[in-house]
Amino acid sequence: MLKSAVIVFPGSNCDRDCAVAIERSTGSRASMVWHQETKLADDLDLIVLPGGFSYGDYLRCGAMAALSPVMSEVKRLSDKGCAVVGICNGFQVLCEAQMLPGALLRNAGLKYVCKPVELDITNSQTRFTRAYGEQRQAVMTVGNGEGAFFADEATLDRLEGEGRVVFKYRDNPNGSSRAIAGIVNAAGNVLGIMPHPDRAFEAELGSADGAKLFQSVAESALQLA
Amino acid sequence: MKVRVEVFLKPGVLDVQGKATEAALTGLGFKGVSEVRVGRVIAFDYAGDDRTAAENEAKAMADRLLANAVIESYRIEVG
Repeated sequence: MLKSAVIVFPGSNCDRDCAVAIERSTGSRASMVWHQETKLADDLDLIVLPGGFSYGDYLRCGAMAALSPVMSEVKRLSDKGCAVVGICNGFQVLCEAQMLPGALLRNAGLKYVCKPVELDITNSQTRFTRAYGEQRQAVMTVGNGEGAFFADEATLDRLEGEGRVVFKYRDNPNGSSRAIAGIVNAAGNVLGIMPHPDRAFEAELGSADGAKLFQSVAESALQLA
Repeated sequence: MKVRVEVFLKPGVLDVQGKATEAALTGLGFKGVSEVRVGRVIAFDYAGDDRTAAENEAKAMADRLLANAVIESYRIEVG
């Protein structure tokens, strides 16, 4: 049984999608946690920072949410090895909170891009991708205006060299550096991903490929237990 | 004191808003415009009359919140 929490910031709009995706993918129900919370359960296996427009994207996307009271708890549990997934705005929050390197810039085409995208799974050995097995590609939906991943060349080299680039766009939709769609931290337990696995967890949505991401976390949690 | 913190994307970071604005200005017939950058200004009142303190505080604010050092640089004006 996967113990998971979805953090709800003011302006989050994919929080419920994430909860449904987790439950349909793993059979375990996620708890919803308001961002003012100052204590998270010590036995959580997974924390999801959902997509949306936390704090109206004021100042910079994710900048205000990164300072929310709950984030110190997210960091504390992350340091203990809890899996953390930031999706879309959640990825921006993780970068702003310096839990992941880099930043997300305005899309190269200046437009909000909302469409299914094909991804290469560039590291299938992470706790977020194990369940993909031999599958090397996945389809998920992007929905972002500031989704272009940016980091300096040395950081990009390090990310690629250390196998920390987990997903790449096959057809880069937003000008992301080296077509990067998802990365993990050095410890491998924090994932930031711009496309939405929570919008691709069953065939009726156009793709069920996102379900395996949540299933990977559930399988890893079983192995770690 | 009035404090202004100007934040711009660092040189080398593609400023797509600047590029689009530059193209629009050129389209309007303004000649000789190049290197357009779009940034933001955070302005506030700061109590007291210690300029150095105001500058140091504004710098701390910029480092911790107002600018993202990965992609942005800033300039502080105390007036």
